[in-house]
Amino acid sequence: MADESEVMDAHDMEELEAHLRDQTADLKAAGLTTDEAFLIAMKRMGNVNELMREFAHEYSGRLWRQLFGADADEAGDSSGRWWEALVFASIAAVAIQVARLAASFPAEEPSWFYRNAGLFVLPALAAYLARRRDLSTRRWLVAAIPFSIAAIVVNVYPYSESSSTEMLVVAHLPVVLWFFCAYAYSGGDLRSHERRMDFIRFTGEWFIYYVLIALGGGVLLALTALILEPTGGATAERVIEWVLPSGAAGAVVIAAWLVETKQRVVENMAPVLTMLFTPLFALMLAGATVVYAATGLGSAFDRELLGVFDALLVVVLGLVLYGVSARDPDEAPGWMDKAQLAAVVGAIALDAVVLGTMIARIGELGFTPNRTAALGLNIVLLVSLVGTAVLLAKFLTGRGTFHRIERWQTNYIPVLGMWAAAVVIVLPPLFGFA
Amino acid sequence: MQIDKDLVAAAATPLVLGILAEGESYGYAILKRVRDLSEGELQWTDGMLYPLLHRLHRQGYLTREWRTPDSGRRRRYYSITKDGRAALAEHKQQWATVSRALGDIWRGVDLMPSIAG
Repeated sequence: MADESEVMDAHDMEELEAHLRDQTADLKAAGLTTDEAFLIAMKRMGNVNELMREFAHEYSGRLWRQLFGADADEAGDSSGRWWEALVFASIAAVAIQVARLAASFPAEEPSWFYRNAGLFVLPALAAYLARRRDLSTRRWLVAAIPFSIAAIVVNVYPYSESSSTEMLVVAHLPVVLWFFCAYAYSGGDLRSHERRMDFIRFTGEWFIYYVLIALGGGVLLALTALILEPTGGATAERVIEWVLPSGAAGAVVIAAWLVETKQRVVENMAPVLTMLFTPLFALMLAGATVVYAATGLGSAFDRELLGVFDALLVVVLGLVLYGVSARDPDEAPGWMDKAQLAAVVGAIALDAVVLGTMIARIGELGFTPNRTAALGLNIVLLVSLVGTAVLLAKFLTGRGTFHRIERWQTNYIPVLGMWAAAVVIVLPPLFGFA
Repeated sequence: MQIDKDLVAAAATPLVLGILAEGESYGYAILKRVRDLSEGELQWTDGMLYPLLHRLHRQGYLTREWRTPDSGRRRRYYSITKDGRAALAEHKQQWATVSRALGDIWRGVDLMPSIAG
């Protein structure tokens, strides 16, 4: 049983051990010898492998590879079929390169290139995830349908020249496509809370790896450019033009591969990051709220303001999700949870201060696509954070369980996806593709 | 009597929840209670109780806590939550419905014609 210790934790082992002892003691009291009693107790425990498998299913939240009952040796193989990742990364890299050449980017900047950029890259990610999960053919088709619909809708709409609705689509489409990837990631079943939680974790960890790769890639490209500069000519620019889009595209798949295979590494990073940043954010938000309360909303309506607060809410929600996914639900409430509540309440307070004024101003100045999208996102995020704050408060005062918070997050996540989809599909016709 | 394993599996959750609704308990004691209740007919694989307890806990139906009673060794005690009681009530309704349907149909069916004849 010792090497299966990845599946159960020390508590479970202790519990089973206590059970064995109790059973042995009872049998001895009934008159058996120690050996006989122990043998029978062990036999009653049942088949060890089956037991392990059952526990593995239960621990799917913590050990993702066990979720699909992967074999022990497949799980131990940390290089994990890297050639698959390479193939799909190359597909994404080549696709974006072909598109770039067709668009003669960056010489010209046709809007269709930006609009469809996500569609060249994210299907490759979905395909890679589908392959890793060994999806059936039927599921492959089901996964492909939303991508096709998105491709059609986004390209059929008659956008006007440099329209803001098109810009909004450019910004929101990758979010929608990311949600489509969730289907492939979870092996075709998104209904359970555990699968959604897994995907949330995957997203958070993917983001970390992508940032790391991007930083490394940035350093590499910068050095390349500097080294090639003395050779004169536009070699450096050419290199960057070719490498940057393909690198960025390929990194999407590579980061996913890293998340899948290096899970144990990131399991250590996530709690540390949340522990670091949540209190810092709580302090910053508390300070900002004080300042706002003191000076009031003096300046005139700033177009950027709603966008800034949207970004703030996104970051705070991200921290919450990260914290929730990295936390052991069995633990009693601690100072981290209080810090999290402080951060969330701070964000809500700050946002509430701004939102009221915003709505009034928009009422005066009228609805434009940008303002509508920003306002809608703000409200969607605010609702999520308010729910979280209420449930966190209940948890801290002992009137609720942590499970409720987890479930609120996983149930609410689709709302974000639907909002992004609404911006992509409904908003442009609503505003006449302006 | 050899009870169909699907039936045993289906009864597991309501049984455990019902036992814990009477009062908190730990794994081995729950198992003994099941054996007592069924007069030895329900022979569970002991090990399978623990993944079940784990799942019920994860679903929020149970809380658990390590404790060392004065007499014995350290044990993990489980107690049922409000959600757990709600789930138990749900199970009770389902079993009552099934039981009623079966009762109705069996009353009308003569199960041992050879004896009657």
